[in-house]
Amino acid sequence: MTAAVFFGCTFIAFGPAIALFLFTIAREPLRVIFLIAGAFFWLVSLLLSSLVWFISVQISNKESAAQQKGLLIFGVVLSVLLQETFRFAYYKLLKKANEGLLALSQEETMPISIRQLAYVSGLGFGFMSGAFSVVNILADSVGPGTVGIHGDSQHYFLSSAFMTMAIILLHMFWGVVFFDACEKQRWWAVAAVVISHLVVSCLTFQNPEYIASLVPTYVILFLMGIWAFYSAGGSLRNLKLCLTCKDKDFLLANHRPR
Amino acid sequence: MNASDTDDDSYNERSALVPAENPTVPSYSPEPDHTPPNSSPAKRPQVTRRAGPPAADGGSGSSDQDVDLEDEELTLKYGAKHVIMLFIPVTLCMIVVVATIKSVSFYSEKTDQRLIYTPFSENTSSVGRRLLNSVLNTIIMISVIVVMTILLVVLYKYRCYRFIQGWLILSSLMLLFWFSFMYLGEVFKTYNLAVDYPTVGVIIWNFGAVGMICIHWKGPLQLQQAYLILISALMALVFIKYLPEWSAWVILGAISVYDLVAVLSPKGPLRMLVETAQERNEPIFPALIYSSAMMWTVGMASPADAQQPGHETDEEAEQSNRWAEPERRQSRSLPEEELEEDRGVKLGLGDFIFYSVLVGKAAATGGDWNTTLACFVAILIGLCLTLLLLAIFKRALPALPISIAFGLVFYFSTDFLVQPFMDNLAAHQFYI
Repeated sequence: MTAAVFFGCTFIAFGPAIALFLFTIAREPLRVIFLIAGAFFWLVSLLLSSLVWFISVQISNKESAAQQKGLLIFGVVLSVLLQETFRFAYYKLLKKANEGLLALSQEETMPISIRQLAYVSGLGFGFMSGAFSVVNILADSVGPGTVGIHGDSQHYFLSSAFMTMAIILLHMFWGVVFFDACEKQRWWAVAAVVISHLVVSCLTFQNPEYIASLVPTYVILFLMGIWAFYSAGGSLRNLKLCLTCKDKDFLLANHRPR
Repeated sequence: MNASDTDDDSYNERSALVPAENPTVPSYSPEPDHTPPNSSPAKRPQVTRRAGPPAADGGSGSSDQDVDLEDEELTLKYGAKHVIMLFIPVTLCMIVVVATIKSVSFYSEKTDQRLIYTPFSENTSSVGRRLLNSVLNTIIMISVIVVMTILLVVLYKYRCYRFIQGWLILSSLMLLFWFSFMYLGEVFKTYNLAVDYPTVGVIIWNFGAVGMICIHWKGPLQLQQAYLILISALMALVFIKYLPEWSAWVILGAISVYDLVAVLSPKGPLRMLVETAQERNEPIFPALIYSSAMMWTVGMASPADAQQPGHETDEEAEQSNRWAEPERRQSRSLPEEELEEDRGVKLGLGDFIFYSVLVGKAAATGGDWNTTLACFVAILIGLCLTLLLLAIFKRALPALPISIAFGLVFYFSTDFLVQPFMDNLAAHQFYI
């Protein structure tokens, strides 16, 4: 049972992300590099928010559980804001490095478009975020134990896996929408991304009630997916052509705006 | 050890198996050693540094502007691809080390046995004493490494090639036979498999003999790469087991500083080694360098190229990745060699070893995967940055400092700051 839970939860949590990686990113060295750089940026943001949280915990009253929980909530909100700030910083860095990239690649034209960078960096953030959230839990699920023996929920592993999958995909969609909004200077869209991230994180505060946290998260995931699809240049026409394999070159490079 | 000087040779290379010692490439690792008990573990720093130079000449100093631009283009051209060609073996080595550490408890057990290079015990009661002991251990280890490097430089300068060759062969013999025997024994113990000695003998004999052939003579490229990754992993595991806790961290830091100094300072041993090799127009011992592709370019740089030692040296020195540079230059001087194929990159095994030691120690202490992941990403980003800096500055840059610095920072900060935060979040099932 433990191996089954381990493999099941791993594939639930990382399946879509790894499939995306293998089919779209693994063959392009530049994309892999930017994926890892995105993961690094997320890691740095986590580091800073943990630092602030740690300091606040040290100076607080360690006995009071309510205060600790409050500090944790503060830590979560701060972390979300820092993550989005680092996403913006990564965007700025990528814009600046455009010329350098031109030199680093083999073609005369831009080797990687800002949209691809948005996708790849979003996925990088997602991978790291998902990994940090769930890897320890997965490692524990291999070993012997009883889930929820002290009265907690029995669906801990499964709900963690589903939540992680949602978070990884959400990060990818947020990345696409965010970069696109920054390119077009649409700050309301940037704010919407930040707010939706905050909403998703705050939904998890209700966590043993998984209906209340997972279902809205998946709704938001679906909506963000549609938004990301449209902001990446997709449309119903494109989708139809792609699904019926009529348009060989449905990639953005050849997309004629209607 | 002699570079092939003619087109004929390169033609032959193409049809033959890839020789382990690439005649055109100067990758060299002055320190062959890998067996800590018997020789200096120094290989590492040297390897990286060594990487390069002989190749060719590095210097575009006196070349024309055109040549410079062309060089730059070609250099950067292979940048991203080469970064990935290094990411993969480094990742594989780390995966082998982490998988072993997590499953075979032998390598993460506390032991009082120590290497002769770290004689001071860390089992003392006070923190100050422990710190002092680890610093002393580090000083001894680094001095051994420095002495070995200088010895190697001297041997090389006085053309004692046979001696160096013998030293290299002895070290790889030890690694391929003795350490892999120990490793196999521990794996069998962990999984409770009863295996008889004749079977083990046959396995180890085959493994070791093929390894010696692949590494020191000729073999399929991927087999050679696999063996190099495996021996780096074995070496890293030995270090993880036998270096005391705090000493290991201080040694990692000190070796990065040493790497920095030895590569960038004008009197550094590595630099001298590289320059000597360049003057003689010879490749340095290629036995302990990981090579990611076949080198089909022709022999050493022409005399004209040899007058520009500084540039290449730097690049090579850095991590031996930059084979692209030397190859490029050579192809410049030999226009018929329009080999646009992948020239590949080379990385010294010492880099593999120390990166894996860092990640392995992160995996061994604490049992926490977040720290391991953080160190892994930090090291890869350090490697990427090093290559980027190399492409920008075109000077010798040591490979260890940036990666190890990032790795150490992320190890300690993740262990002390991020871990409690993530644990608390996971306990409440909050997601950020």
